[in-house]
Amino acid sequence: MANRTIRIWRGDQSGGQFEEYTVDVGEGMVVLDVIHLAQMHHANDMAVRWNCKAGKCGSCSMEINGKPKLGCMTRMGDYEADEIITVQPMKSFPVIRDLVTDVSWNYRQNERITPFTPRPRDADGNWRMYTEDVERTQEFRKCIECFLCQNTCHVLRDHDKRDQFVGPRFMIRIAQLDMHPLDTVDRIPATKEEYGAGYCNITRCCTEVCPEHINITDNGIIPMKERIVSRYYDPITMLARKLFGGK
Amino acid sequence: MAANPTGVGGHEYGYAKTTRTDKWWVGPAATAFGLGLWLIYYVWSAAQGDYYAAGPYMSPFYPFYLHPSEAGMGASDAFFGMNPAWWPALISPALIAGFAPGAFRITCYYYRKAYYRAFFGTPPGCAVGARPQDYRGETFLLVFQNLHRYALYGALLLLPYLYWEAFQSFRYHGEWGVGVGSIVMVLNSVFLTFYTLGCHAWRHLVGGQLNCFSCGAVPRLRYGAWKGVSRLNENHMKWAWTSLIWIAFTDIYIRLVSMGVITDLNTWGGF
Amino acid sequence: MLDVNEIQTITHDVIVVGAGGAGLRAAVECSRQGLDIGVVCKSLLGKAHTVMAEGGAAAALGNVDSRDNWKIHFRDTMRGGKFLNQWRMAELHAKQSPDRIRELEEWGAVFDRTKDGLIAQRNFGGHRYPRLAHTGDRTGLELIRTLQDKGVHSGISVHQECTVLDLLKDENGRISGMVGYWRETGRFVLYRAKAIIFATGGGGKGWRITSNSWEYTGDGQAMAYRAGAELMDMEFCQFHPTGMVWPPSVRGILVTEGVRGEGGILTNSEGDRFMFKYTPEKFQSETADTVEEANRWLAGDKNARRPPELLTRDVVARSIVQEVKAGRGSPHGGAFLDIGSRRPADYIKKKLPSMYHQFKELAEVDITKDPMEVGPTFHYMMGGIRVDADTQMTRVDGLFACGECAAGLHGANRLGGNSLSDLLVFGRLAGVGAKEFIDANEGLPEINHDQVRGIIRSATDILNREEGENPYLIHEALRDVNQDFVGIYRTKEGLTEGIAKQAELKEKAKTVKAYGTSQYNAGWHEALDLGNLFITCEAIARAALLREESRGGHSRVDFEGEREEWGLVNIVCRMGDDGNMIVEKLERGEDPEHLAKVAHATLEELEGSNG
Repeated sequence: MANRTIRIWRGDQSGGQFEEYTVDVGEGMVVLDVIHLAQMHHANDMAVRWNCKAGKCGSCSMEINGKPKLGCMTRMGDYEADEIITVQPMKSFPVIRDLVTDVSWNYRQNERITPFTPRPRDADGNWRMYTEDVERTQEFRKCIECFLCQNTCHVLRDHDKRDQFVGPRFMIRIAQLDMHPLDTVDRIPATKEEYGAGYCNITRCCTEVCPEHINITDNGIIPMKERIVSRYYDPITMLARKLFGGK
Repeated sequence: MAANPTGVGGHEYGYAKTTRTDKWWVGPAATAFGLGLWLIYYVWSAAQGDYYAAGPYMSPFYPFYLHPSEAGMGASDAFFGMNPAWWPALISPALIAGFAPGAFRITCYYYRKAYYRAFFGTPPGCAVGARPQDYRGETFLLVFQNLHRYALYGALLLLPYLYWEAFQSFRYHGEWGVGVGSIVMVLNSVFLTFYTLGCHAWRHLVGGQLNCFSCGAVPRLRYGAWKGVSRLNENHMKWAWTSLIWIAFTDIYIRLVSMGVITDLNTWGGF
Repeated sequence: MLDVNEIQTITHDVIVVGAGGAGLRAAVECSRQGLDIGVVCKSLLGKAHTVMAEGGAAAALGNVDSRDNWKIHFRDTMRGGKFLNQWRMAELHAKQSPDRIRELEEWGAVFDRTKDGLIAQRNFGGHRYPRLAHTGDRTGLELIRTLQDKGVHSGISVHQECTVLDLLKDENGRISGMVGYWRETGRFVLYRAKAIIFATGGGGKGWRITSNSWEYTGDGQAMAYRAGAELMDMEFCQFHPTGMVWPPSVRGILVTEGVRGEGGILTNSEGDRFMFKYTPEKFQSETADTVEEANRWLAGDKNARRPPELLTRDVVARSIVQEVKAGRGSPHGGAFLDIGSRRPADYIKKKLPSMYHQFKELAEVDITKDPMEVGPTFHYMMGGIRVDADTQMTRVDGLFACGECAAGLHGANRLGGNSLSDLLVFGRLAGVGAKEFIDANEGLPEINHDQVRGIIRSATDILNREEGENPYLIHEALRDVNQDFVGIYRTKEGLTEGIAKQAELKEKAKTVKAYGTSQYNAGWHEALDLGNLFITCEAIARAALLREESRGGHSRVDFEGEREEWGLVNIVCRMGDDGNMIVEKLERGEDPEHLAKVAHATLEELEGSNG
């Protein structure tokens, strides 16, 4: 056990400041444990979201030393023993209080996406899909909706293009649906026009911060961009479509 | 409008501003330095029009199909023959030959990330303030990036020539042999192959565009190809840098041999 | 005096409390029936405890082993529950779960596949055949995300980060609504509905070592109890045998049973595969008795019997404690769970990706190379609100319950994988039941304003008093009391002392104080949840004291083994007129003959007889 100091932003929309708390930190503790200790012993009313404390629910998204991370998966041992760790709420969402932000914008984006619409079942009442067909979309299903990618994406974070771009989390949601072997919806036009795939400039910060290690950019967004290219920018495929029909 | 009034949350605002405490700028700075240095060397080397051949070796900056007459090999080796007299001397063949691979790299999904971060500051690093601008992403001026697959076609066409050149480097004055330069040139072709075949657009064309890999024999074959390309794709950045550096190294090596600064170890006993 | 008309009022036909698998499935069903439906949840949508379910959802699809059918699933469930399950619930569950799983696929769930392109199924403790439909080791997430998306596009209103304080009843004793508060602002909200469905989960947060999250404070059980419902089977607590034990800060975090399902073995400090010693007599004929046979099973030999690591959770958890007590534990007081030497690294990373990352990132252990250290952790409450098997209605008119907060399906011990299918089957049935109830009982019940004022007053008292106890410290003390006295092994003395200590803390908690404002005040939330946790923990301790035998998830050191007379009763707790808890035996009555026949049949009699 050793005393560690942690610097946590406290406040709400009217303003706030960093407060320092010194607590007794045990072996293997993560940043969320330290926040809990500060809450238990020094600041009972401190607001922090958390649930599973095992990296499975994506509630405790925060910025630790400026890096977007899950508090429950960031070990104190990763920092110097005498380092004062700074913890802030996510920047891209309105602060409700202390470390808690209003992430409701994300839920509204999900509502905009046309739901899964499968083709009819096989004659025996089953659907047949093979491992190689579902593997790709299962990677995106790992998403725990921590919204760290949404928080970090500069299109939303710095340029505030919330009306133009749904953000990386929902790009992979769309990719998952579009690549689903049973889905029957043509999602390409909406992905280009409504969800704003062109706003992503593939600088890969979403992938860097993803606690589930989902390769958002290479496996999700870029393949969607390529599908859009085939539809809208590639003269050969466009011509072929004109001549032979099809999507 | 930002999500919060300034000060709420304790965040920094503005270009390259961040509360990150690590050395986030090392990456983009190294990229800027590396790409910048390479570009300077390339322009100098390509515009120079000299010392690009030694013995059977040809610099990859000067593909032999645009080979001018004087240096290295004879005119008969050049695919298109000698330059016509009216050709302006300033437009070196290397600059023309560089167009396709250049376009391929400029529109490459990896390099885009690299230079958007290193040169354009959109953003300079993750959770680091982006350069303020009316951001349009790749929907407006940068919409040409969508033609990456055409640049890929060009790059794919070049690959056989590079192998042909590498093959040629094993024969000097009709005599088969091998030299350090041959190995350097073979590696150059191999690295470029790994880089080119790891391309995201290629991955899409090979199989990524399918939704059902199990539907028939051809999709299953394409699935296999897609898996292979995906593995290269995971290391796209690594091969992008390896091939980039190796091209320049190959050019430097041949240049130094050609200038007589170093001597190539080979079975022909000198050129 | 507070004017109730000024409080924000939200009205729906049906309100579901809890947005885990059961709550969302119930809401989807209500919406399919054309009802106006609201879901109220303490956390953000999609964060509920269901995401922690890893291994899979049990359903006799027969995709991997065609010998499987609902009867064998039913038989496994009854045997696993030591015949204290409600017969009808176990029947409904076994019969309906395959359809519930297939339906999820229609809504977008992507399960792992068999070679033939069907939903793959994996082995799990207590299940005779590979039966768990799964998606790697994050099946719960797959399930909740699927239902969440289905719900979002079915017009369900979600009221998230809203905590319910208590239920309201009209003068006829029918549920009329409930009072809650928005966590964000602390403002109160009045919900009115024709029926309310509880899907609030369990109460594991009363224990020191638990796989449960902060939300698990037994809210549904306590609110239903206060409203006049009965709690049943509360003594049966599932201690999952494999929780992490090291480092201390992650102690209790779940290690999926899927590790053993995929071939993982348990060893002690002497390298001995100790589970062979602990096979209960009842399961000996169906369990491998040599390492050689267990290995043949892993290699796919259909004639080999299952390894003892896949015995039911109560057995495995107790065995690990026995080994530790005998001085053969791992360095940090657990057992070794080894998958790295049993399967190739790539296979482990594909089938158990989140376990791989969990150990890598939290414990710096590479499970593809080194064994994990594991020990029992409080995981699940078999007991809960007593409901009607077909409609899921409690003893209170208009109040329904499903999922972990309801009792009956699992009896004395739950089989792994039966929880996710429980949520789906009974979530749906609760929706159907609520619709039937509304059809038979028209009209929106009246709100009693005095009840509303009373609930709000006791909530604001915590903020308004000058000073008082620290809610966090009381909670911490309660966790220790339960861990020490109401743990895996129980005694009369321990339980008596535990109940007394619970009462002391409960008394202290009456003067608990939350500092600060009502706006997202974690201390206040903690203080409000505590009241519910006390009731749930008390019911568990009192029921455990009454049941003088050891059965399933209830082990009495002073009364070892199952006793026949206790197999004839369930224990129920209800609130007496004086406000004190009444704990009594409830006769189970005659076994339904047609089901008893199935449950006691041999496997050969049931195999292949689908229908």
